[in-house]
Amino acid sequence: MTRPAPGPAADEGLARRLRALACTAPLHDLDARKANLAGEYGVYAMAEVALAAIDLVTLHMDFDTGADHEQIVARLLPRIAAQAPRRPAAEHERVARWVLENLINVGSVDRGFRAVYGTFTADGDYVRRDYDFKLIEEVPGPGGTVYLRTTDEAVNVLVGALDTDVTSAQIAAEVKLEVLISRGRLADAQLAAEQARYRTVQYAETLRKTLDATRRNVRAVDWLRAVPDMIAEALDHVADRYRHENAILTNIRRARDEAETGNDPKTAEHKRRAAELVDIVKDCIRRHTQLQSRLLEAGPLFRAEQDRQAFAPPTAHAGLDLYGQLVAPVLPLPVEQSTRVTDAFFAKGTGLRTPTAVRVGDLVEMLLTPPQEREHLGAEMPEPDLIATPDDSRFSEEQLDAATALLTLPPDAPRRLSGLLAEARRQDPELPYLVALMAVHAASPPVGTAYRQGEEQLLFAVDDGTELVDAEFGGADLIVGTALLDAAGMAAERSEVA
Amino acid sequence: MTEYDADDTARPDPTAGAGDGWGLPVPEAEQPAKGPAPVTPADAADAARLVSFGLQPKLLPARDVEYGELLRRYRDDPAFARLADAVASGLGLVVLEVSTRAGMAVTAAEDSVFAVRMGDYARRASTDAGDRFLHGLAHLAVAAMAFPRPEDLADDGYIGRITVNGVDAFVRQACRRLEERAAEAGENTDPTSGAPGLEASWRVYARRSATGATKDARRLAGSTTGIIAKAVSFLVDSGFLQRTGDDAGGTYRTTARYQLQVRDMAGTAAMAELLELGVVPIADGSASLLPAEDTDDLDLVADAGLPFHSG
Repeated sequence: MTRPAPGPAADEGLARRLRALACTAPLHDLDARKANLAGEYGVYAMAEVALAAIDLVTLHMDFDTGADHEQIVARLLPRIAAQAPRRPAAEHERVARWVLENLINVGSVDRGFRAVYGTFTADGDYVRRDYDFKLIEEVPGPGGTVYLRTTDEAVNVLVGALDTDVTSAQIAAEVKLEVLISRGRLADAQLAAEQARYRTVQYAETLRKTLDATRRNVRAVDWLRAVPDMIAEALDHVADRYRHENAILTNIRRARDEAETGNDPKTAEHKRRAAELVDIVKDCIRRHTQLQSRLLEAGPLFRAEQDRQAFAPPTAHAGLDLYGQLVAPVLPLPVEQSTRVTDAFFAKGTGLRTPTAVRVGDLVEMLLTPPQEREHLGAEMPEPDLIATPDDSRFSEEQLDAATALLTLPPDAPRRLSGLLAEARRQDPELPYLVALMAVHAASPPVGTAYRQGEEQLLFAVDDGTELVDAEFGGADLIVGTALLDAAGMAAERSEVA
Repeated sequence: MTEYDADDTARPDPTAGAGDGWGLPVPEAEQPAKGPAPVTPADAADAARLVSFGLQPKLLPARDVEYGELLRRYRDDPAFARLADAVASGLGLVVLEVSTRAGMAVTAAEDSVFAVRMGDYARRASTDAGDRFLHGLAHLAVAAMAFPRPEDLADDGYIGRITVNGVDAFVRQACRRLEERAAEAGENTDPTSGAPGLEASWRVYARRSATGATKDARRLAGSTTGIIAKAVSFLVDSGFLQRTGDDAGGTYRTTARYQLQVRDMAGTAAMAELLELGVVPIADGSASLLPAEDTDDLDLVADAGLPFHSG
C-alpha cells in the first residue's frame, strides 16, 4: 500500500466531507442563480427559503405519504412574503415554486444532483468520481398522486450532523433538552426538541422500510431471531421515548408554572414557547404511537403469510429462482455486462408483436389528419343556475336582535322569565315566543362548547319551583341570568389537558 | 379468472404432457407426408388459422368457438398438430404450449419478424445505455415479482399478482441493500467520471427518481415507475398480464402464457447470458430459500426483509 495521499482513513474522511459539502451546493447555487431569473429577485434569500422548504417537507413526512407539493408552497409563502412585503403575491408564489423545483431539480432526467470529486485508489491512482444525490425526492402516493420526501442527505444537511448514529444522537438531544429545561432555558430547549423530532422522523422512516420488506417475502426473513429482535428493539425504543417525553412534558409544565409566578415582561414569551414545546412533544408521541401500531401488526402478518406460502403442498419440481438467480446477481454487475442479461430477458420475455403493414391509402389519410388538440382544462363548467330560496324562517333578524338585546343581562342582575315575556310583548306580539325558546335553551346551557371556544360569558336559566302565570305559556317561571366565565383560566387548562 | 378455473378441471393429462414436447421445432424426418391421411389444402388452412389465433395473444380460447374447436383438433389429431407446428416454425414462431388454458401459445423466435426490438420499444433506450438497462431490468423485475418463488414458476395453477409501485419498491430495496453492503465494506461506489459503462447496475436504478410531477398529471416517462408502467402495459398487450385495478400505480395478474414465456424462454436465455459472464451463483434447484449466512447486518438496516436467499 503505497499512496501519495496522507493515508486511507484521511482520504476516505475527505471524500465523505466532500460529499457532505456537495449536498449544500444546490442551496448556494440558488442564490447564485437567482440573478438569471427574469425580474428583480435579489431581495429574496433563496437559501433560507430552501432550508425552510426542507424543514417543512421533513416535518410533513409520515409513514405512508410524504408532503403535498401545494401544501409546502402554501406554507412557504409567509416567509417569502416577509422577505419582500411590497412585492405581489404572485411573485412570492413564483419564488416558492422555483425554489422547490430546483430542490427537486426538475430539469434533469434523474431529478437529482451530481457532484464530481477526486480520490486516490488503493493503487495510488487519482480518479475522479461522480457523486449522485437528491435533496427532495418525489414518491408515489395513493391514487397516483405524487408526494415529496426529503432524503437522508437533506436531513443530514439540515440537522447539520453528518455521519452520526441515529439512536445515540437522539438520546443525546433529549438529555440535552432535559438539562436545558431544568435550567429554564426554554429557547434552547425548543431547538433541541425540534432536532429530536427530526431524528424521530428519520428513525420512523428506517423502520417503515424494514417492515415493508418484511411484508413482501416471509421466508426470506429470519423470523427465528433477527426480526423478533428487531421488533423488540423498536418496541423498547418506543416505550423508552414515551417515558422520556412524558418526563419532558412534566418538566415543561413545571417550567411554565415557575414562569407564571414572576412579574417579568418575558413571562408571556416563556408561556408561548412552552406551549410550542408541548406541541412538538405531542407530535413526537403521535409518531411513536403510529410506529408502535405498525410494529404490532408485523406478527399477525407473518403468520398469515406463512399459512399462505409455507404450508402449501410442494410442487414436484423446482423452477428457476428469478430473484435469487437473476435479479440479485445482475444488480452488482457493471451496467455494460448486466445490460447483456437484461437484453436477453427482454428479447425473449416480451412476447410477440404482429408487424403492421402500411397501406399507402391509410398513410395519406393519417398524415393529412390534423393533430388532435389536447384539452388542458377539460370540459367547460356550466354556469350554475342559482334559485333564491324563499325565506320561511319564523322570526326575522330584527326579532332575533331584539330578543338578544332583551336577554343581554348584567351578570349581577338575573331576571324572571315572566318579566322578560311581558317586556317582549310590549315590543312585538311575536317576540315572547322567541324569548321563551331562548330561555328554555338556556336551561341547559352549552357549557362544553363555551369552554372549547373560550367564551367569556354564558346565558343560563334555573327553575326555582315558581310557576309561570302567563296567558300564552305554561310551566316554570325560570330565573334567567348571565354567568361570567374565566376564559384565561380555561385556556391554560386546555393546554394542560392536551 | 373463471376461464382458468374451468380449464383446470377440463384439462386432460394428454394435453399437459404433450405441452413440453411441442416446444421443440418439428424434426425434418417427421414431416406429415408420412401420415396415414394425405394433407389437404383445407387442413393447411385450418392449421394456419390456429396459428393466427395464437398470434392474437389476448384472445381466450374459451371465448371463441372456432379457436376451441381447432385446439381440440390439435390435441386429438397428431397429423394436424404436426402441420400446425410446421406452419408456426415456418413463420418464425416457437410453440410453447397448446392447451385450452393457454391457447396456442406461440412466441417469436430470434430474428423473426414478430420479435420485439428494444429500439422500437423505447426510443431513448437505443442511445442511452442507462435507459436501455432500466427498461430491460423492469421486465426482469416484473417477472421476479410475479413469480417470487421457484415453486410459483413451476406450478401451472399459480397466478402471480403485482403492482407497479410494488415492483419499484422491491428493486429499490435490493439496490439499497447493495448500497449498504458496499458502505459496510468501505467501498467507494461512486463511478469514475467518464466511464458510465463501469457504473454498478444498482446505482443506475437507485439514482433515477421513482416518480415525478408532470404538467399534465401523467406519469413521468423517465422515472422508474414510468419505466415499469411501460413494461407492464406492454405485457398486457402481449396477453401476459391482465389489469385488475388502479391501486398502487396499477395492479395486474399473470396469465398462463406469461408463466410459459418466462419459464421456457426468457429465464433460460437470461441465465445463459449470465453464465457466459461467469457470474452465476450455484443453484441446486432445492431449498435456495434459506436465510443467508451473512446475517451480520441485520440490526435495523432498511432491508432486513429483503429476500436474501440468493445463495
